[in-house]
Amino acid sequence: MIITMAHGSGGAFTSELIDEIFIKEFDNETVKELEDCAVIPGSKKIAMTTDSFVVKPIEYPGGDIGRLCICGTVNDLLMRGAKAKYITCGFIIEEGADSETLKRIVHSMAETAKEAGVIIVAGDTKVIDGNGGIMINTAGVGFVEEGLDINSRNLTAGDLVILSGNLGDHHATILGSRMNITNSIKSDNAPLTDIVSNLLKEKINIHTMRDVTRGGLATVLTELSRSSRVDIKLKEDKIPVSNAVRDFCGLLGLDPLYMGNEGKCIIVVPKNEAGKALEVIRNSKYGENAVIIGEVKEMAEDKACVYIETEIGGKRILDVLQGEGLPRIC
Amino acid sequence: MAEIDVKKYVEFLQNYDGKELRLMEVCGSHTAAISKSGIKKIISPKIKLISGPGCPVCVSPSAFVDKLIELGKTGAHIVCFGDMMRIPGRNSSLNEEKGKGLKVDYVYSPMDIIPMAKENPETNYIFACVGFETTIPVYTLLLDAIIREDIKNIKLLTALKTMPEAIDFLCANDAKIDGFIAPGHVSVITGTKAFYEVSNKYKVPMAVTGFSPKELLVGIYALTKTCINKDSFIKTGKSLVGNYYKSVVLEEGNTKAKDNINKYFKKGDAIWRGMGNIKNSGLYLKDEYLKYDAGSFNLVDDYKINKACRCSDVLMGKISSKECPLFKKYCSPLTPQGACMVSSEGSCYQAFKNGD
Repeated sequence: MIITMAHGSGGAFTSELIDEIFIKEFDNETVKELEDCAVIPGSKKIAMTTDSFVVKPIEYPGGDIGRLCICGTVNDLLMRGAKAKYITCGFIIEEGADSETLKRIVHSMAETAKEAGVIIVAGDTKVIDGNGGIMINTAGVGFVEEGLDINSRNLTAGDLVILSGNLGDHHATILGSRMNITNSIKSDNAPLTDIVSNLLKEKINIHTMRDVTRGGLATVLTELSRSSRVDIKLKEDKIPVSNAVRDFCGLLGLDPLYMGNEGKCIIVVPKNEAGKALEVIRNSKYGENAVIIGEVKEMAEDKACVYIETEIGGKRILDVLQGEGLPRIC
Repeated sequence: MAEIDVKKYVEFLQNYDGKELRLMEVCGSHTAAISKSGIKKIISPKIKLISGPGCPVCVSPSAFVDKLIELGKTGAHIVCFGDMMRIPGRNSSLNEEKGKGLKVDYVYSPMDIIPMAKENPETNYIFACVGFETTIPVYTLLLDAIIREDIKNIKLLTALKTMPEAIDFLCANDAKIDGFIAPGHVSVITGTKAFYEVSNKYKVPMAVTGFSPKELLVGIYALTKTCINKDSFIKTGKSLVGNYYKSVVLEEGNTKAKDNINKYFKKGDAIWRGMGNIKNSGLYLKDEYLKYDAGSFNLVDDYKINKACRCSDVLMGKISSKECPLFKKYCSPLTPQGACMVSSEGSCYQAFKNGD
């Protein structure tokens, strides 16, 4: 079935779309009520986030926009130590979209939601002019335990920085798909629920967590160092990048430190807890390649900075991503 | 490369206390690799590593961008490499024009234009061909395919340049360079031989060097040694050109690729952004292939967006990026005032990004 403007009219076609595609997959009591809003149980400290997903292509090696939107939203909640619970989604569908594609995406959302331990409680659909594209806006709600305060201003000199896995896979996948480059790279889009809940279960004193999405590791760490007014020193040979991504970046002149990921985070903990934290992360789903990549230092000059010690002993200062990372010529 | 004693090389370069040496790299990938390696911060301040005109995108004059935009506005679909998108023309860039509806796409390989053109036979496609000897052979393969498959809706707009003539220009114009880190990728095609003439003419040492931090260390070490012992090299008739990238660079280079270049292209003068006309440093389609040319001749306008921009002095090795009054104040990768800040291989972009 091809989706037309009629599917966004609010009439019978809309109901068909909702029943046949969305409700079938997002199978839970709250969403099935089809009320104007979801009424759900909660607790005192609520974590809320919203995100929009406009990735092209909408299906790519290792994932699709459905899996991506759940992972992105859930991971944002997790990074403040919240237990992610509820998600809403607004679909903006361009006329001409194929309902089979939509079905696959919605199915993928439902599967990922199950994996991440969240339920999709409300949704909306609009159909607009266009060329068959699909965009999704989400909101996510989670709950934070009393006393837990994980934020970007907590970095303290002496802390160690753990990265949960290899860099660059998602970015390389999307760029490779757009540029018709065939390779073995797959997106890392994944919910980090297991990593975070295991860390909390083990009562690790997490100072800061951040998912390493757009802008890449360099941007995320630079922002954190500025928020906490500390320096961060990284060891170049410790930063994990798969050979396939490294070669891909070499060909196109891209830098894995500035590439987006959708299933990676950094976790900053006090030095004496780093060993245990690393073990917990490595034993969690999607954390098997975790490594300690650097340490937090007192600010050496009047401006916070992130730097890398290179393999020949040089020093390279990192900054936030400037503009769009375009592939170079040679 | 074989394991090397990093400490020995680092110590030598750290402790160098002879006459000040100005060593220039003329390859954008070297600019990026040197910047990333942090090597500038560990070697003696008496060894100055200077970035030359090594990024083919950066040295394309504004007229080339303007011509692409003009062609795009007549309905042609422009296809280019990614970093060409941001290069400023007189009033605008391909990126800006894309936002206003110009059809522009960037690809990984020029060959990607072929399926695009076949799928839309009514549309004229133009590939923005920039590059040095490294990239030019790929355009010859594209021409092979266009001719073989008789594709009528692809043309090339070229701004192709060759490196030995640029090095000659720098030496002739008093850039005061003591030695060149010769371009590794270019040398794969040209061979080390291509640099003998200019090295002999100006008695300037050159080291063909690879791109890993260790390869850079070896190349810079060897170049420094050659500079120190230059007189004895000359006296004993030893070549000042050394090959430290032997895993892929031969003396003769890639003869097949060179033959292909000579089949389709002929030499001519070319405008280098910020440097002006360099005699015989360009390559243009030969007369018999002119029907595939989209108007590459006489693209001489070299417009400076900001009069205070000193990209030309940076490209000539006369000043470092930091010495330009616009650097980091008015000129950043988000608001590039000159071409060196635009491409990820531009020297100012690298200096900005890696805190040189």
